[in-house]
Amino acid sequence: MGRALINVPPKARKGQVIDIKALVSHPMETGYRTGPDGALVPRDIINRFLVTWNGQEIFSADLFPAIAANPYFAFTTIAQESGTITFRWFDDKGNAQVETAAIVVE
Amino acid sequence: MRPGPDRRTLITGLVATLPAALAAPRVLAQAPPRVVVVGGGFGGTTCARVLQRAGFGVTLVEPSATYTSCAFSNGVVEGTRSLAQQQFGYEGVARQGVVLARLSAVGVDATARSVRLSDGSSLGYDRLVLAPGIDLRFDALPGYDQAAAGVMPHAWKAGEQTLLLRRQLEAMEDGGTVVIVAPANPFRCPPGPYERASLIAAYLKANKPRSKIVILDAKDAFSKQKLFQNAWDDLYPGMIEWVGLSQGGKVVEVVPGEMTLVTEFGRTKATVANVIPPQRAGAIAAAAGTADRSGWCPIDPVTFESKLVPGIHLVGDAIIAGGMPKSAFAANAQAKACADAVAMLLRGQAPAPPKLINTCYSLVGPGYGISVAGVYRPANGLLTDVEGAGGTSPVDAPREQRAQEAIYADAWFRTITAEVFG
Repeated sequence: MGRALINVPPKARKGQVIDIKALVSHPMETGYRTGPDGALVPRDIINRFLVTWNGQEIFSADLFPAIAANPYFAFTTIAQESGTITFRWFDDKGNAQVETAAIVVE
Repeated sequence: MRPGPDRRTLITGLVATLPAALAAPRVLAQAPPRVVVVGGGFGGTTCARVLQRAGFGVTLVEPSATYTSCAFSNGVVEGTRSLAQQQFGYEGVARQGVVLARLSAVGVDATARSVRLSDGSSLGYDRLVLAPGIDLRFDALPGYDQAAAGVMPHAWKAGEQTLLLRRQLEAMEDGGTVVIVAPANPFRCPPGPYERASLIAAYLKANKPRSKIVILDAKDAFSKQKLFQNAWDDLYPGMIEWVGLSQGGKVVEVVPGEMTLVTEFGRTKATVANVIPPQRAGAIAAAAGTADRSGWCPIDPVTFESKLVPGIHLVGDAIIAGGMPKSAFAANAQAKACADAVAMLLRGQAPAPPKLINTCYSLVGPGYGISVAGVYRPANGLLTDVEGAGGTSPVDAPREQRAQEAIYADAWFRTITAEVFG
């Protein structure tokens, strides 16, 4: 999988609503396009995106071929405790890309 | 002033007594229709001159005594051209017989068919052409307002801003970072930010070779991309870094006090920051009711008449032109087609669908030019690319061809400015 970019504030107050952004480079090949040889290009998309905070799910999404290349998610959550936010992207080939970000909650 | 009903009735009555062959078309026998053109850039000035030549009374509304061309102004940023070489007066336009109104248009009464001017007077028209160009949006990018433009110049309207960016580059120490912020589509001069990066690189390579250029871009692809990037590898290896949208290049805030650009995923410090913000059609377009929620102007691609306000035509950067880019060449081509359509409509005839050409030359360095050309025709309510026509310079062309294209670029600029302002 391609390069992933994440944006998590390094610090937050307990109970504060924070913005989280995540973008992964991926062609999101639909499986409906034909290549130069006339044959269908096999489908290859990220089909699931999962975000956990100290192991607990805070955001997830199922993705389908209509989602454009380089899927970009931005969402908000409530800061509860210091620790690690883990981002996982799963693709059709069974690979997962994992990125983490540390956050301090005061 | 419009002829009063009495005079109109009288003239019509006279016409009715003439033989039929002389009487048709009837409008020709009346006082010549008046056309007002607002905006003395490449589009407006061309339109005014073509309509005047066609026999109409034309007033060109333009507050500036001289026009400062954005096309080729990256040479001023590079330091190889003076601003004076970008400037053109309206003497030739006036000599031809176009009436010049050195005022701004502030409003349009489309029902009464009159344009309100900045001195409080009004100009009546039978057809109005607006060629207002662009306004920079100082409400679109947090932190980027008029004051910020004094620190982080846009230089996207040629003039003092162009000189400010040049002075900042001259004052920069060797080893500095020049950050260019490029907007999402649509915007004036699609290859412009990349030509600018190239020519700044040419200056830095010769004078401040340890410096870098970073382009933070709100899109994932740009005009002549492969040609530019190949040329950068060739001429300025390692000097220009392009960060596209999916690499986190979209700038969401600027902090002029800290010379910092905030992207969706990080912060970039700049020694010199050239922020090209989002744009919209020039203010009179919205004041006249011809701009839609996008800030740009939908037009009929055959007549260039506004889809929102009848009797008003638009050309140039302000319009939604489908596949056609916002360029001086395009504005000039549209202005001729528009003038033709306005003339036909004023004679009571039906305008024919035009075919339009655009060519954009970009200079990447001394004696190194590249180009993109396109042909467009009305289809599905827009100006649409004619498939298989036009194209870009070959990717693997020899350097002699790049040198030739640099000569063509220079010749194009001299030709179009001579035609429009000479």
